[in-house]
Amino acid sequence: MTIAAMPRRTSPLLRRLVGFNLITAVVLGAIGYYLGWWLGHQVSVAATDHYADTNQNDVALFLAYGLAVVGFLTGLGFLNYPVSRMLGRPASVAAKDEADGWKRYVSLCTDHKVVGLQYLIGIGFFLLVGGVNAMLIRVELLRPTPNIWPAGQYLTLVGLHGSMMMGMMTSGILGPFANYVVPLMIGARRMAFPRIEALTFWLLMAAGVILTSAVFYGGFPTGWTGYEPLADQANMGMDSYIVFFALVGLSMTLLGFNMLATVFSMRAPGMGWGRLPIFVWSVVATSALNVLAAPVLVTTLTMVALDRTLQTTFFLSSSGGSPFLYENLFWVFGHPEVYILAIPGFGIVLELLPVFARKPLWGYRLAVSGMVGVALLSFFVWQHHLFMSGLNANLRPFYMLSTELISLPTGFTFLCAMGTVWRGRIRYDVPMLFCLGWVFNFFIGGLSGVFLSDVPSDTTTHGSFFTMAHFHYTIMGGLIFTFFAAIYYWLPKMAGVQLNQRLGKVHFWLMFVSFNSTFAPLFVIGALGQPRRVVSYPKDLQFLNQWVSVSAFVLGISMVVFLANFVWSLVFARIPADPNPWHSSSLEWQVPTPVPVHNFDRIPVITAELYPYGAETTAPAAEPLTVGS
Amino acid sequence: MSSSPPRHGRRIALYTIIASLITTPLAALVLGPHLPPGHGSREAAAQVTDNTVLTVVMTPIACLVLVYFAYAAIVFRQRGTEIEEGATTRGHAGIQTAWIVSTTAIVLFLAGYGTWALLQTGSGSGQGPVPMASADGAVLPVQVIGQQWEFTYRYPTYGGLETSTLVLPAHTQVEFHVTSLDAIHSFWAYDLGVKADANPGADNVAIVRTGDARSFDVRCAEVCGLWHGYMADTGQVVDSASFATWVAGQRKAFAPIAGSMPPYRPTYQPDPQRRAG
Repeated sequence: MTIAAMPRRTSPLLRRLVGFNLITAVVLGAIGYYLGWWLGHQVSVAATDHYADTNQNDVALFLAYGLAVVGFLTGLGFLNYPVSRMLGRPASVAAKDEADGWKRYVSLCTDHKVVGLQYLIGIGFFLLVGGVNAMLIRVELLRPTPNIWPAGQYLTLVGLHGSMMMGMMTSGILGPFANYVVPLMIGARRMAFPRIEALTFWLLMAAGVILTSAVFYGGFPTGWTGYEPLADQANMGMDSYIVFFALVGLSMTLLGFNMLATVFSMRAPGMGWGRLPIFVWSVVATSALNVLAAPVLVTTLTMVALDRTLQTTFFLSSSGGSPFLYENLFWVFGHPEVYILAIPGFGIVLELLPVFARKPLWGYRLAVSGMVGVALLSFFVWQHHLFMSGLNANLRPFYMLSTELISLPTGFTFLCAMGTVWRGRIRYDVPMLFCLGWVFNFFIGGLSGVFLSDVPSDTTTHGSFFTMAHFHYTIMGGLIFTFFAAIYYWLPKMAGVQLNQRLGKVHFWLMFVSFNSTFAPLFVIGALGQPRRVVSYPKDLQFLNQWVSVSAFVLGISMVVFLANFVWSLVFARIPADPNPWHSSSLEWQVPTPVPVHNFDRIPVITAELYPYGAETTAPAAEPLTVGS
Repeated sequence: MSSSPPRHGRRIALYTIIASLITTPLAALVLGPHLPPGHGSREAAAQVTDNTVLTVVMTPIACLVLVYFAYAAIVFRQRGTEIEEGATTRGHAGIQTAWIVSTTAIVLFLAGYGTWALLQTGSGSGQGPVPMASADGAVLPVQVIGQQWEFTYRYPTYGGLETSTLVLPAHTQVEFHVTSLDAIHSFWAYDLGVKADANPGADNVAIVRTGDARSFDVRCAEVCGLWHGYMADTGQVVDSASFATWVAGQRKAFAPIAGSMPPYRPTYQPDPQRRAG
């Protein structure tokens, strides 16, 4: 939609700027920040020697962040609806329909398609920030002695990179793609709770800014895990981490509830559980983890904040608390968290393989039980992160078994992928390449995980670069590869324009090769004894580290190729996309492009299962839709 | 495709078997001896064996999956530009059952083997205050105290002697008691195959039997603040005569301050620390 097509407004400029929009939100956020900062100094400056000694006023910073977020959300208009309902006024649906054109994308909008694109751009931006941090880390590790960053800044970079990726990318698939396509896939006109849907996005954006602001408060030394009691010693940058992750946890919880409510209650007639697209199943499994695990994180970080402000000692052993308590609570969240990152990737791969192999999904029930099984088991494995900690050491055989058992349901996903390509007609479009990249990367990640799950082997690999290589294979090789598969697959529907396929293939091959060239040597570096998060390392590991750094820079260049393609295709070339370029039978491809505001004129009735590929099947999946091409 | 469909399953099985027959012995005999962490102690050697077993078990699985996908990617690719439809297979109860049974068997074997290996002497890992896998026979207790940002070592059987370098007698069973005075550290004696977190207020026991005289690397493996990257030193395993000489020398050197040392305890609680004072 162009600006010329927008209806003319007669109100003066000031009237247009003052209203519930992003400008107001930023202004109110800044006012809230300074108000909180001022309040914090009023309540705590005289009372604490600590503040006088160190100039570290955590109370002020927590209040500043808290009020900034409240101001930001108020400015966007999140209070309008509840306040007008409380005052007995009629509820407005203006948030969805009033704004038009590009303005919908920079304001509170409750259209799930707008939120999906907002998520894509917002998360993409913070993914870029996290990626630049990774580049800076690898510059440092070009030499075995400090190179460009002092030790403290290096640790902050590591923490910023890890937290940004682990925090933001929890919604990397669910945010952009599930929000956009799940209502379409299940034949719904919207999400169950559209305002909450918008809230999850704006909370995440506030969180990202807050984490980045840690650099103004001295950074934080703990990495993404925030272990106590180091976190209690750390200066005010730690508070940025705490507020960031608490907001992320809140956003994840709300997102999970919203997805579950949508899938449970808003499926079109005929869309039984046995016909649910496999991607939607992965969203259900992930959302259940979001709902059950993320609140633990929020609670834990609240306790950390209390330790740092109100002088509680939950995690300080010298005063009767326990750092083990923090480790337990963190990983009760933290292990489901890594499957929150992984399972959507399973869903995307199994959703896309049938389209590009022209076959029904092989072993649908097995695939579903694999995802649900992984989700369930992920709550029973967390102490494998504490194999060396001395905590509950006698339970380690149990955690070794439960951890290795998770490879069974994960193996189901692989078997279903293998069955689906069997005697298919595989087309190597860009999304398919990324799916096959996932197969390779996640397989290596899974195999290396076996060493970490085995206590004798873990004695060496625990906390080393081996571990780091393992979870980059599963998360970057898993999640990020499927993230790109999803972009190349769904963007023609979401943005209505084609991405350049040739540049996409260049992006894939550059990324796939440089990814493996970056992370495979890290297994060796870790096995040779380099611990994680070190700014200096033995000199004989320099060659391998340099190899990794150079590969990482090429990996960074592959992202530039993608960005160039993205900007070129969306802003300059703008070649309209076919309504169904991949000849998919799934519902989201049967609606016109661009997708109408209310998705379906009539709610479709699902009459057949949704993977009707294969030689003998031609029946359409739904009435009264017409197949797009 | 030709009129008589090729037997893809048999071909994949054949290629997998050939690949496995080539790579598995290589993994066991060529790669195995080079797997970490070397043979610096009984526990380290046991870990090398353990890593070799895991590698050998996983090599044929890797062959199967990689051969399968490589074969599928090449043979099942679409050649023309027209959209063609693939086969309509939707599942196979026998294959699914066989997959579940075989992966379950592998997992149970790995868990059982790992548990057995762990129960020998704890594999050099931190076992908490009451080790499930205890030492067999006499031990030399050595306390490892992590603090920001160095390790110090106490020898309770030598009058609580505290040193800044770790020296161990050869061919001796050593019982490390790892603790911390501040943040969480992790005592990683790489070549000995020992890793145990150092927690404030907790005693974490790891058992190792040293081998011949050698030096070994010690690093902190848990991020512990600013100079974590520099929290490393080098320990020595020396023959028992040299060890006795070294201990005597240290006790003499530290005699003037021995009286003011805190008595040996499993943990040392620092003064209560509160952030906001």
